[in-house]
Amino acid sequence: MVLGKRINRLDGIPKSSGKAKYPSDVNRPGMLFGSILTCPHAHAKVKSIDTTEAAKLPGVAGIRVTSPAGAEIQWAGAEVAWIAADTEQHAIDAMRAIRVEYEVLPHFVKEERRAEAGPRARPAGEQLTGDPDDDYSKAEAKIAGYYAIPVLTHCCLEPHGAVVEWKGDKIEYWPSSQGVSVVGGDLAQQLGIPASQIHVSMDYMGGGFGSKFPSDLWGREAAQLSKGSGGRAVKMFLDRASELTIAGVRPSAYANIKVAGKKDGTITSWQSESWATGGFTGGGMPPIPYIFTNIPNKKLNHTAVSVNAGGARAWRAPNHQQACFLTFSAIEDFAAEIGMDPAEVLIKNLGYTARAPLYERQIRKAQEMANWKQLWHKRGDSGRGPVKRGLGIALSTWGGGGNLAECRIKIHPDGSVELEQGTQDLGVGTRTVVTMVAAETFGLKVTDITTKIGDNAYPFGSPSGGSTTVGGVTSSTRKAAVNALDELFQKVAPALDAPADQLEAVGGKIQVKGNPAKSITWKQACAKIGTSPIVGNGRHDPKNPMGLASQGVGGVQIADVSVDIETGVVKMNKMVAVQDCGLVVNEKTAESQVFGGIIMNICGALMEERVMDQMTGRFLNADMEFYKLAGIKDIGEIEVHMDVHPDNDKRGVIGLGEPCAISTIAAIGNAVANAIGVRVPRVPLSPDHVLTALYGEKMDQNRSRA
Amino acid sequence: MQGVGVGSAATGLLVGPESAEAQSNSQGNVAAFGPAAVPITLQVNGRPLKTSIEPRETLLDTLRNKFDLTGAKRVCDRGTCGACTVLIDGKVQYSCTVFAIDAQNKQIATIESLTANGKMHPIVPAFVNNDAQQCGYCTPGFVMAAKGFLDRNPNPTYDQVKDGLGGNLCRCGTYVGVRKAVLEAAKALRAANTLSGVTNA
Repeated sequence: MVLGKRINRLDGIPKSSGKAKYPSDVNRPGMLFGSILTCPHAHAKVKSIDTTEAAKLPGVAGIRVTSPAGAEIQWAGAEVAWIAADTEQHAIDAMRAIRVEYEVLPHFVKEERRAEAGPRARPAGEQLTGDPDDDYSKAEAKIAGYYAIPVLTHCCLEPHGAVVEWKGDKIEYWPSSQGVSVVGGDLAQQLGIPASQIHVSMDYMGGGFGSKFPSDLWGREAAQLSKGSGGRAVKMFLDRASELTIAGVRPSAYANIKVAGKKDGTITSWQSESWATGGFTGGGMPPIPYIFTNIPNKKLNHTAVSVNAGGARAWRAPNHQQACFLTFSAIEDFAAEIGMDPAEVLIKNLGYTARAPLYERQIRKAQEMANWKQLWHKRGDSGRGPVKRGLGIALSTWGGGGNLAECRIKIHPDGSVELEQGTQDLGVGTRTVVTMVAAETFGLKVTDITTKIGDNAYPFGSPSGGSTTVGGVTSSTRKAAVNALDELFQKVAPALDAPADQLEAVGGKIQVKGNPAKSITWKQACAKIGTSPIVGNGRHDPKNPMGLASQGVGGVQIADVSVDIETGVVKMNKMVAVQDCGLVVNEKTAESQVFGGIIMNICGALMEERVMDQMTGRFLNADMEFYKLAGIKDIGEIEVHMDVHPDNDKRGVIGLGEPCAISTIAAIGNAVANAIGVRVPRVPLSPDHVLTALYGEKMDQNRSRA
Repeated sequence: MQGVGVGSAATGLLVGPESAEAQSNSQGNVAAFGPAAVPITLQVNGRPLKTSIEPRETLLDTLRNKFDLTGAKRVCDRGTCGACTVLIDGKVQYSCTVFAIDAQNKQIATIESLTANGKMHPIVPAFVNNDAQQCGYCTPGFVMAAKGFLDRNPNPTYDQVKDGLGGNLCRCGTYVGVRKAVLEAAKALRAANTLSGVTNA
């Protein structure tokens, strides 16, 4: 048995020894390096652009202008011109020698100041259920609160970009991508050439989190510069500032929320006026009230605000962190208002959710792991010293159904097995789990199977988004393996003197079912294949998952924090997570993903924020010194319980990447409120925001509510 | 740093080691380099490697672009994240913040040295056993930071590991595995050193 075991990831050694070659590591003979001239203004029109001097500089092989005179630019950092040169230094010199005259236009970059947004605020229209106004006016208990969660950037460690080599009618393309099988087609469309002319290779990639689907302008311009240079490869990766500025962000969310209900904890109404930005095109509408969708009286008003800043891309569980933070902050405040344990308020209202029994079981388990009964106290009831300890809880949900995926498995006459899929491993363990499924089916060890992914010549794999990959690729692998094995049984049946359907593959042998005495080794069996290998194909169709995969999961997280009310510093003591993802394929890599989802959102809860400056229109902290990520010391202890349960196993494989990355911020926010006795309305829970919540508005001059 | 030194103003300001083939300088004894490329020799993983670089080029870019030693990654490019970590004369350094020309006559160890000559340093399997990597882009930097840390602290406590690896950042969130990996590696190294009779300082 391999499935469900704790197996080391199969690409661990290449990654930990530096041998793994990422797209940004690709070096080609005669390769050119790219650089990008970006616009310093948040809103401007290009009056003129002159590349004459730049083109004369040493080593310059090509310059392309994509924002010519007359072009209107809507955010600082937008691309204006592209350079390829023999060295990176020469490419940067040339970039700096390009002369651009701009007509600077008015900009708006602070969406939290909704009142100043004017026509940039676009209301989505009211959604009304029941009579929330009446309910609120008559209710036994009620709260009204303001909550804010900022724009974050993906900050992928490997920046967006690619190496592209366009020779004759063939393009070799090494992108850092979440969609090996489709990104070549996307590039082909941008270039106006047949997709069949593009070969995509990507063994490893350094993080995407939802931001690396398209081939992007940098893919297209690298290709054009390669072609223009007579086919020399061009390496075009964003520098750190551009990576944070233009390669995708998570939308913000702001809301004034009213919750009303009974003193026994029953919630009866929800009202929210929310707004958010996803960049120039607006966007970002969190699904609130989150999870408790069936609250009987609801009034929702959401407004999308357009700002002159880099646009949103999918960010690990799009809109869910925001929805979770808004919802669970308001419910926690309601629980504090009536003096009730928030976990009991959640349980009291689980009837409004889609999976009450699962959440109740998970909440109880998480409480046990977090020592809730001993450590939870009423809001603010946290002792006399300056360091206050508190607990907070939040729930999550996600779909994660398997996407379209194909797989080809070859069993060779010498017994070796090859597995091919045009999928990608973003670091989540895809390579490992598909190998485990094949090994399980063949009764072999994972090391007996050679798995090949990351190439668009292999059978189709969907882009990795929405936690849909694992369901698709494990299911297509299982089918391909079963098909190949059936054929092998046919070949072996005469030798074992049994019908093919009475055979099984167990422990490196093919045997008559339940009769190890009548068996031959895998190698002996494969020797009977003949000269050409057996080829088994498998396809996962999301419309017919055949029980191998399904969707819809739940999770619970509890945060345990200590807050120093003199400095405003929030210290993580512990995070606890109970997470369901259907049938767990590899508990080790699954746990790692949950650790990762939590840690990423500890950063989001305590540190991360895109700081925009209305004066200059610039993103002030587009680097890794002032755009803060948590380090190894900042995360406290983390305990993960994968909710392995027969009910969950029966549901087949379900994606995990997003569900575990949703409720951390809300849980930490609630823990801080529990500790210090007041709500810190604005994430990140930085010392500044904590002290402002404790001691007043005057400490935060920039703050401006709508 | 690669933007530094554009134009004539920067010419002649970098003082190179004596072994470098410096351009002559009419001012006297101070050797001046650049802005054009100059030949250099770096001692990388015990071997002399020769190339020609502009003085403003970082050690990281030289390792990656000239020697195809791509284990060290360029992430923040400003001495914050540690993905480019190497050891220079045994000291943990961010190679994005060291000029290649200044790294001459020093012993540079990159991640590639940990699996040289068919041997594997125990830190590498310890990272794998504890699943201390996801996308893996920060991992070589962490492994080298761990090497430098364990060379100085062969018997660390859990809290010392958290302090010692504080100069590296990960976006996938692998810190839980890294903490365990460094402790496991320390144990494996102590066992290996006991067996071979080597004593730790």
